[in-house]
Amino acid sequence: MTRPKVTIDGNEAAAYVAHKVNEVIAIYPITPSSPMGEWSDQWSSENQPNIWGTIPHVIEMQSEGGASASLHGALQGGALGTTFTSAQGLMLMIPSMFKIAGELTATVIHVAARSLAAHALSIFGDHQDVMAVRPTGFALLASNSIQEVMDTALIATAATLEARVPFVHFFDGFRTSHEVNNIEQLAVEDMRAMIDDDLVRRHRERALSPERPVIRGTAQNPDVYFQGRETVNSYYLACPAIVQNAMDKFAAITGRQYNLFDYVGAPDAERVIVLMASGAETAHETVDYLVGRGEKVGIVKVRLYRPFSIEHFVKALPPTVKSIVVLDRTKEPGAVGEPLYTDVVTALNEAIVAGAAPFQAMPRIIGGRYGLSSKEFTPAMVKAVFDEAGKAAPKNHFTIGINDDVTHTSLDYDADFSTEDPKTVRALFYGLGADGTVGANKNSIKIIGEDTDNNAQGYFVYDSKKSGSVTISHLRFGPKLLRSTYLITKANFIACHQFSFLEKLDVLKNAGPGAVFLLNSQYGPDEVWDKIPRKVQEQIIGKKLRFYVIDGYAVGKETGMGGRINTIMQTCFFAISGVLPPDDAIAAIKNSIKKTYGRRGEAVVQKNFAAVDAALDHLHQVKVPATATSAIEMLPPVPAAAPEFVRKTLGPIIAGDGDSVPVSAFPVDGTFPSATTQWEKRNISLEIPEWDEILCIQCGKCILVCPHAVIRAKVYSAEALAGAPEKFKAVEARWKDFKERKYTLQVAPEDCTGCSLCVEVCPVKDKTEPKRKAINMVPQVPIRAQEAANWDFFLSIPETDRTALSMSQVKDVQLLRPLFEFSGACGGCGETPYIKLMTQLFGDRAVITNATGCSSIYGANLPTTPYCMNGDGRGPAWSNSLFEDNAEFGLGVRLALDKQNEYARELCVRLAGALGDELVKGILEAGQSNEAGVAAQRERIKALKGKLTGVNTTEAKDLLSVADALVKKSVWMFGGDGWAYDIGYGGLDHVLSTGRNVNLLVLDTEVYSNTGGQMSKATPRGAVAKFAAGGKPAAKKDLAMMAIPYGNVYVARVAMGANDMHTLKAFLEAEAWNGPSLIIAYSHCIAHGYDLVHGLEQQKLAVQSAYWPLFRYNPALAKDGKNPFQLDSKAPALPLEKYVYNETRYTMLIHSNPEAAKRLLVEAQADVHARWKIYEHWSKMPAGVEAKKEAPKEA
Amino acid sequence: MPDLKTKYLGLELKNPVVASSGPLCKDVGAILKMEDAGVSAVVLHSLFEEQINLESNELDRFLSKDENSFAEALQYFPDMRGYNIGPDGYLEHIRKAKEAADIPVIGSLNGVSTGGWIRYAKLIEEAGADGLELNVYYMPTDPELTSNRVEQMYADLVSHVKASIHIPVAVKLGPFFSAIPNMARRLDGAGADALVLFNRFYQPDFDLEALEVVPGLALSDSGELLMRLHWVAVLFGKVKADMAITGGVHTAEDVVKSMMAGARVAMTTSALLRHGPDYPAKLIGNLIGWMEKHEYASIAQMQGSMSQRAVAEPAAFERANYMKVLSSYAPLA
Repeated sequence: MTRPKVTIDGNEAAAYVAHKVNEVIAIYPITPSSPMGEWSDQWSSENQPNIWGTIPHVIEMQSEGGASASLHGALQGGALGTTFTSAQGLMLMIPSMFKIAGELTATVIHVAARSLAAHALSIFGDHQDVMAVRPTGFALLASNSIQEVMDTALIATAATLEARVPFVHFFDGFRTSHEVNNIEQLAVEDMRAMIDDDLVRRHRERALSPERPVIRGTAQNPDVYFQGRETVNSYYLACPAIVQNAMDKFAAITGRQYNLFDYVGAPDAERVIVLMASGAETAHETVDYLVGRGEKVGIVKVRLYRPFSIEHFVKALPPTVKSIVVLDRTKEPGAVGEPLYTDVVTALNEAIVAGAAPFQAMPRIIGGRYGLSSKEFTPAMVKAVFDEAGKAAPKNHFTIGINDDVTHTSLDYDADFSTEDPKTVRALFYGLGADGTVGANKNSIKIIGEDTDNNAQGYFVYDSKKSGSVTISHLRFGPKLLRSTYLITKANFIACHQFSFLEKLDVLKNAGPGAVFLLNSQYGPDEVWDKIPRKVQEQIIGKKLRFYVIDGYAVGKETGMGGRINTIMQTCFFAISGVLPPDDAIAAIKNSIKKTYGRRGEAVVQKNFAAVDAALDHLHQVKVPATATSAIEMLPPVPAAAPEFVRKTLGPIIAGDGDSVPVSAFPVDGTFPSATTQWEKRNISLEIPEWDEILCIQCGKCILVCPHAVIRAKVYSAEALAGAPEKFKAVEARWKDFKERKYTLQVAPEDCTGCSLCVEVCPVKDKTEPKRKAINMVPQVPIRAQEAANWDFFLSIPETDRTALSMSQVKDVQLLRPLFEFSGACGGCGETPYIKLMTQLFGDRAVITNATGCSSIYGANLPTTPYCMNGDGRGPAWSNSLFEDNAEFGLGVRLALDKQNEYARELCVRLAGALGDELVKGILEAGQSNEAGVAAQRERIKALKGKLTGVNTTEAKDLLSVADALVKKSVWMFGGDGWAYDIGYGGLDHVLSTGRNVNLLVLDTEVYSNTGGQMSKATPRGAVAKFAAGGKPAAKKDLAMMAIPYGNVYVARVAMGANDMHTLKAFLEAEAWNGPSLIIAYSHCIAHGYDLVHGLEQQKLAVQSAYWPLFRYNPALAKDGKNPFQLDSKAPALPLEKYVYNETRYTMLIHSNPEAAKRLLVEAQADVHARWKIYEHWSKMPAGVEAKKEAPKEA
Repeated sequence: MPDLKTKYLGLELKNPVVASSGPLCKDVGAILKMEDAGVSAVVLHSLFEEQINLESNELDRFLSKDENSFAEALQYFPDMRGYNIGPDGYLEHIRKAKEAADIPVIGSLNGVSTGGWIRYAKLIEEAGADGLELNVYYMPTDPELTSNRVEQMYADLVSHVKASIHIPVAVKLGPFFSAIPNMARRLDGAGADALVLFNRFYQPDFDLEALEVVPGLALSDSGELLMRLHWVAVLFGKVKADMAITGGVHTAEDVVKSMMAGARVAMTTSALLRHGPDYPAKLIGNLIGWMEKHEYASIAQMQGSMSQRAVAEPAAFERANYMKVLSSYAPLA
């Protein structure tokens, strides 16, 4: 049988089989496994059938707990079912997993294995999650490569049906889930041959059915539970042989033989490493290399980890083995050793005792940890581990790949050791997220993998920023099977698609001798040399690189591609690398363009074709001089003035060298300093806003909407201008209370992302040239130095006195220092202006708990943190617990503060004699409803602390430790709609019901933005989202209306772009309300599919169409006998389509399913009208109706 | 009953009232209503190459935007196997209109590239259109571009399209040419089967509060007919191509005037939008009434009867007329 070669990643490989051999698929997004659910949803919505010719039902649930529970139900209902997950998702599935296994239910859960959130969250790969489900009774079966993922997915499904033991099929997150590889695709016939339909029918026969009723899930007592638990033993004992049989059957069908434990290496090996998953491929490659040089080494690849078959394991080991190293990609603090290590120790011990081992003496066994959170695991590290195994007194419980300079667990290794095959081409591409580099490289891998005899591999590294992010593509291809599951360090082709990277990143660090260097440069071959940093010149000369330039942007402009220079650079890569004959390469690129873009229309194809045709005319080789002469030096990652921690720990991370930072440099408990984004001058925008001080009316709207807090204003006395830089701008302040004072609006030139929202919102137009506003985008480079100096000077001007400002006026609020700045959020982000506003108003006394999602990532993804402090050193304290528990987590903070406040008050009373009645009375009766009140209380607490310092009594010391709780604190829970509407809704609802003084801010983007735009219950009807490829059929959940009936919850729905004053009022009222508050904030998002420069305009349309009515429900009004529901926007004034059809999330349905689009639009419009009627009714409720509720009369 | 028949684009039409390209033509139901009300042919709304390109580029832009930039979100939308992008919807509309209606269905095309004009013209022909109206909408804003060059572009376009398809081709023109008769003759030479006079251009308005330019298009009125009558009357007998008047045809009298100027058909859109798709019945009824009252036996009888070459005072269409009008002007008391 001929099977097609496909070029796909691990997620697609797993989903391909899973979708073909299941009937019900329950999904929920989590990185890095989300794409498995996305593929399944898309294939079902495209009516792709499974092997039985029927289309699987795919359902998104509210959490992984929900997904696993519905999977459990689907299985009990007799369906073949599956789900996909990772990390915290798998943790939430644990209770259901015990049930599924306890009931001997056949299923396979496909897991892209990922780190667990502990001291920090990490989305990257290791085995902490799968190790945490060891006791559930699920079999654990590992895949090491993309081909294996597809193969093992099928083997696991075949085996589970026979064994009745459920399986977790796992592979390494990112390294395998996201690596692109050319593999042989299994045919439907293969799957039909592997899956025994009789077993499927037996699975159905065990289902719950009133036709043959049974009771499953009884409660049992001490007399019998134990025996019942032991009934499954025979199934687990039989399982390994069933899996091996399935593997053998699979080998007969496809020719690819797998075993429960696969040994690779010298038959007489003395040193053997035991490990699982992708790391085993690197170890395999290293062993091949070392054995070729006469070393007696080998590895055991553990595939079926649970149930662990001692018999099969021992048989896999060579009898000559003297030293075994077990590598665990996990950490179990406090354990004797990591799990695979302890299993191997126990297994060998038992085998020897039983006389089943092929050797008499117990080999020496040591264990080590590697690769946590996708930490690199290279042949150099494998060799170091083998070397350690050969030592007389090797280190046990070691680590490899880091520098542990605290407890000295780490092994040294020679980073230069390499096993790369000389016939393998290794190419590195440095790109900007927006330029399409990764997409083009994925296509290149497809071309090479499918149009040539080469094996091809692509792996892509992204930074953590959502704007201006750097991507690094690692491409290998060659005649040998590629087992190199590590990044390229000795490239023979390096392309840098952004000229500006050269001064920030050591792009040529990984260039091998004689490599090609291709640079996208606005400077031609004759002038580029003097424009590149000296270090780059030295590397080009020293490594004898062949240097090419192309002005990709010029070609992009000529051909209508704009900044997407991907196909242009791709064409150059093929031309220089010679991987295909030139004409064949061009034809292959065009063919791949047609495949990728053809369905999006001919215009797109033609544009890309034009770019390909024009590219080579602009490609030039540079004549490299003999000496480095450049006066340009590379920029340090952070300025010398930065604090030591920033320089020593964060600086290397910014420079892309975080791997080198030793353990001692890190905090032990995950606690990092705030206010560090200010040191990371990213300079990512080619254009920044420039203030026109003459036109400006000082309204502050640009400051309010700036997502990155790069626009600031101050009102100050003229004396502060002493020493100002020459071009520093200042005008008379236009405040009646600040007469004769100066006003400056200043842009932080190196932190701006260039989103232009400020220009868009500016209400002023130049009368003689209306396109000009009071703030305008201009090229950054010419004014960068001047404005950087102005920015520094601006920061030195004293802040405007907060107590003199009216917090209810946008004009005044602009003068408050934001305590959230320069985050890594997307350019034009619709969420961050709300966060920034909160920090301006209450940041100096706020504790924020943040649900996992966009806001936690741009809020605290290393290297730097955007929450910052005011001049007094006060600012938001911020923490992320999990995705699902944020409301409860925040409530806990509130409870702690309340308790401390109460205890402090009690202590004040108890110590009144020593403290003085007046001070105590002042503290206890302090009104802290405004800035002045809070400031006065802080003064009292300062005095209190002064009096307590040095008093050596328990109560005095206690009061000192809780005294700060006497100053009003503002507790905020931030999160997206995925949290508030879905996974965290139960907790959110409960927290609202407690009546405690907390503020919940829902940044409603109407999808799971952080994981790539999956549908949530906030997604509107008719919008296309991931997991709703056919358009969401149901209406958006009205979260506000679910909170209002509590009566004592402040609820507001806001949209800053539509009405900033309203937003401001809502924040002030929410914080002032001594009870729970819920603000639902419309947040435009890149997942809506339009240019976010129009985000504010879209917010207006959302409100004008009454899709997003603005309102406030303020329980404080009810107490005064007024109607608490205030409808703050007008009746529908626009048809819904005028709003929605500006966004791709809606319009793409017109293109993919016009009939559905038409129907859903009509229904969505009806939703709007129906909801408006309800709101209108509420708003017209007579004042005091709630207070006057009458008791029902008896009939 | 007078004979209303006329011939346009080689098609025998039962009367001279044709539904011009407009929003009503997007809906097959409305086309059938207009057919029932008596229109003799329908010109469909235009297929805009630029719009297809725009939709294609926009879809690509936003599906590609921000993809592969951030590890957790490599895409933000599902990329489906197929999109209804391009001319398919329009072509399907032609097929459906042809299937449902008995009157001739004329396609309308607005292209931007030579390749696009030809590609889409062929597709419209293949979809079954009885004729094709080229909706040439070109606004020269470059001061370096000469009128001769612009005119040549029109002529080249018509010859390219004519060489590519077999159905008759009409050219819808705007009035902004230095020498309309010469332009008409060049189009005649290029093979145009009909000239449709004139396109009504969208003319931008200013929003004085927002200081923004806003697009505007109001429905026409009979006043707009005069310029069309003028030029059709001048051109009648000087070009081989049939002529159609579009813009300002609201009443039976407007139809009569159009015929008398020399048009083969009078096309109407604004009147249909204003009065509904049933309006042609009234229009045609009034036309018959007018003809009977004035004892005209056929449309053919009146076609061109008031053209420049047929009237007693040909100079009325020339400069002398201008002076006469000016001198006869008297301000309102």
